[in-house]
Amino acid sequence: MYGLGILKGMAVTLKHFVNSYVDDIFWSSRGGRYYNDEALAVRQSPQGKGVITVFYPEEKLAVPERFRFVPFLVTDDPAPGERWGHDWCTSCGICAKVCPPQCIWIKRGKQPNGRPKPEPEEFYIDIDICMNCGLCAEFCPFDAIKMDHDYELASYNRTTAHIHDKERLSKPISYWREIAPKKAAAEAAARQFVEEAKAKKKDKKGEGEEREARLAEAMARQLVYKGGLY
Amino acid sequence: MSNTAVPEIAIPAEVENNVFITNIAKLLDPIYNWSRRNSIWPLGFGLACCAIEMICTASSRYDLARFGMEVFRGSPRQADVMIVSGTVTKKMIPIIVRLYNQITEPRYVVSMGACASGGGPFKEGYNVVDGVDKFIPVDVYIPGCPPTPQALLNGLIALQEKIDQQSIATVPWYRKNDPTAEMVPVPRLGPDLYDVRQIDLIKREAAKAQAEAKVTA
Amino acid sequence: MSEMTLEAPAVGVQEYSATAVIATLKERYPEHVSDDGREGYEGIIVHPDKIVEVARDLQSELGYNYLASLTGVDLIEENKLEVVYHTASIQHGGDPLVLKVQVDRDNPVVPSLVPVWPGADFQEREAYDMYGIHFAGHPDLRRILTWEGFHGYPLRKDWREPFYEEDVKPFGSRWPGGEVFRAEERNPYGKNVQYPPGWVPEGSEHEAETEAYGGITYTREQSSGIKTEKITINMGPQHPSTHGVFRMAITVDGETIVGLKPVMGYLHRNHEKIGERNTFIQNIPYTDRLDYISSMSNNHGYVLAVEKLMGQSVPERAEWIRILMVELTRIVNHLWALGFLLNDLGALQTPMLYYYIERELILDLFEATAGSRMMCNYMRFGGVAYDLPDDVRGQPTMKFLHDIIHDRLPRVIEQGDQLMTGNEIVRSRGIGVGYLSPEDAIAYSTAGPVLRASGVPYDIRKANPYSYYPHLKFDVAVRYNGDIYDRFLIRIDEMQQSLRILQQVLPYLKETEGAPINDGKPQYAIRMPRGGEAYGRVENPKGELGYYITAKRRDANPSRYHVRAPSFINLTALEKMSLGHKVADVVAILGSIDIVLGEVDR
Repeated sequence: MYGLGILKGMAVTLKHFVNSYVDDIFWSSRGGRYYNDEALAVRQSPQGKGVITVFYPEEKLAVPERFRFVPFLVTDDPAPGERWGHDWCTSCGICAKVCPPQCIWIKRGKQPNGRPKPEPEEFYIDIDICMNCGLCAEFCPFDAIKMDHDYELASYNRTTAHIHDKERLSKPISYWREIAPKKAAAEAAARQFVEEAKAKKKDKKGEGEEREARLAEAMARQLVYKGGLY
Repeated sequence: MSNTAVPEIAIPAEVENNVFITNIAKLLDPIYNWSRRNSIWPLGFGLACCAIEMICTASSRYDLARFGMEVFRGSPRQADVMIVSGTVTKKMIPIIVRLYNQITEPRYVVSMGACASGGGPFKEGYNVVDGVDKFIPVDVYIPGCPPTPQALLNGLIALQEKIDQQSIATVPWYRKNDPTAEMVPVPRLGPDLYDVRQIDLIKREAAKAQAEAKVTA
Repeated sequence: MSEMTLEAPAVGVQEYSATAVIATLKERYPEHVSDDGREGYEGIIVHPDKIVEVARDLQSELGYNYLASLTGVDLIEENKLEVVYHTASIQHGGDPLVLKVQVDRDNPVVPSLVPVWPGADFQEREAYDMYGIHFAGHPDLRRILTWEGFHGYPLRKDWREPFYEEDVKPFGSRWPGGEVFRAEERNPYGKNVQYPPGWVPEGSEHEAETEAYGGITYTREQSSGIKTEKITINMGPQHPSTHGVFRMAITVDGETIVGLKPVMGYLHRNHEKIGERNTFIQNIPYTDRLDYISSMSNNHGYVLAVEKLMGQSVPERAEWIRILMVELTRIVNHLWALGFLLNDLGALQTPMLYYYIERELILDLFEATAGSRMMCNYMRFGGVAYDLPDDVRGQPTMKFLHDIIHDRLPRVIEQGDQLMTGNEIVRSRGIGVGYLSPEDAIAYSTAGPVLRASGVPYDIRKANPYSYYPHLKFDVAVRYNGDIYDRFLIRIDEMQQSLRILQQVLPYLKETEGAPINDGKPQYAIRMPRGGEAYGRVENPKGELGYYITAKRRDANPSRYHVRAPSFINLTALEKMSLGHKVADVVAILGSIDIVLGEVDR
């Protein structure tokens, strides 16, 4: 029969239409359906019904811990009175080598005697080339480069804003703990594990222990690498 | 009356005392900008991966309609903003420039994603334009590969803020000799893409290369 | 490892011996067929004079009737160009049989295989465009991805792009003395361009593209007395229904299509050139951007190919996670495809919006697991990058998965079915339109839902099994009418089969919780333990996705990296499907093929 298909379709649409109001009534006594964090969480889960819109910018959909946008460099928390903390980066160059579009430039620091210093003198990331793949953060052996969660970077000018230098890239470790608490904790645990293993190695110079310590270190690496701790 | 911002609006001397609000632009600007910023119609035009995020932004979860931007027009004549969403290739840029030329004033360009802004991860490729701003003026750049829908919304809000800053008295598009209304010359495809504005430069470089070749020979 | 006993069940495919076929060919053409003796290579090398005969024999009697992939390779050290053909057997399944033809680099002429397999059409044009190999007898040998008049053959090893820095990554200018620069600052033109020496622009060049397609004429016998004129109309690249920057030059007689030429390359991002500069791991995020709707399965094909080359095994849990992700990707892709197909059929927006709500849920899982909604970059050689996350949108992952797999997705697929399948507009616009016969579907090398909707039950998950698919129970969805409506239905069928697979995978995921998901070795500097070639193929949502990789021993970069893109090759059949229909049907036919331009143009 002609028209039946259209009626069926209209019925489905009507169901959606009605659903979008039913939930409003449910939430009306619980602080409202919109601009309410509790309601937003339910709305965005598989149990969400009706209008699922996120009212950006008033409401923001939280990003998961593993979310990746442009990278940043981790530093120590700055000491009181100081602007910058110590860089974690040792300018080993692994991130620059693994970066698929080659958007990382590192100038290795030099000691007065001309030998390389484990600290970058300059560090640039061209975010017009960066593909947010996260390989730099994944392979950094010092947890010194991480993927930022700040995606609100729109600008009116790219010549000045889109090459991030070391100053722009550096963020204290407390920031990373804030945006990715579980991941940061897991990484800290693994680092501590390695430290302890190293200390053990120093204590006893036995052949077997050394091998054991190395294994333990590899295992700790692996834990972080596969995300087993978070 | 010190009304230097709007020299065109001449208020006759006999009614000057009766005009309460002397700066008309100040009154009109909020209305003018409010109506414009809430009805920015994008050109329905997707290039690559970012276009998918653009469509997601327009769909229910992020709902571009809240900003009056849901009307994706197929024709550039009806559009206000061009969201360059994706990698701009050399083969495509003549068409993009032509589309830009066909959008009527006032027109805005949002460069979405790393590719459109500066070539992105594909910059090193031989068929990729290293930034759409090499050919057409861009108002807002949104980094990311791809920018998430929320990042795109952030960029579009930045565009709205830009529109808010404009004043009907100073915007160029109601005047004669409007510099922004000029046609951007359409780039051509020779042995490689070339910008018509660069013909002299290319000739000069070719001559230089020939001279060098003679010297080495 | 868990205690599961995973015995490979008997797969419904008989082992079909390629050795016998090769022996037969050698017997027939003793002078012209020889084994490929290079270390790590397989298949046979055929003399160019006999390639057409060999192909005909393979197609008509020896069972290898499907041309899966055709590509060029530059063997610069031997001053040779090579064409590699991967032929597969539709009836018997199994690994593809590889044929190679080697020709002189300075005068590369190879007989065209279009008379045998029309599916070779675009692929030969691509090889011509990229390597300058002339295919004698090809009906329409023009550049396909670049434009007419482009200087040089970009994939030849000695051709350098304007922003050329070094042959292979990582570039030395990045570390330790990395002074930041923008590549265009070093180019005198300030842009990503270079011109051949001595070339001077005149400023009056015609647009090569307009010229090439403005003059397409088709002769047709005048049957009636009315004088009609054929018109070539242009559709795209900026068109709401071409699914991206795709262009068609359509010749119409009245409103009936008498000719259709797809024009592509508007999104040609030099994937293969960049891929040959990249190290192996660097290619993974690039594969995300091929078919950007189903990035997880793109990853899968690539890591399979490299694992084959490296001889690496994958832990059990990683395989289950991979299947979970890949099948969810299939659902994501089909939701997207159906939404757009219905949009093209006139059901503007509504079904699309309903489908995308569900798509967003799956993207949430991808974001929580891999870090990005679309560009997942999730699989690694010998496993996956991370384990499943603890929670997704505030819910435990397993509960979330259970909810969407057992509840949400079946419901929405059912709802879509209810909403659209019986709809008379969909039926009347779909049934009988865009017909492709099974013979044509095979000859034109179509793959995936397009092939199966024409009644050919060829699914690589069954025909040439990989991963843990042999352990899972699912059916190959087949429909027999080969029109738009069947291509619509088959996607619903496939989603249901995917759900069936997912429902079987979930218990395994629970059981293997905590098991290793990769070998734990960081892979940023892997080198190939052996040289040779590998062809990794997976059943992508759009069809067979194949990666052809060759590498030298101890090399960190592939020396040849080719992507057999299903969308690209499926388009070869577009003209065949469209002839005789109306202009309005073309958008629907195109929608039913389901292309993604990132993959078409690469």
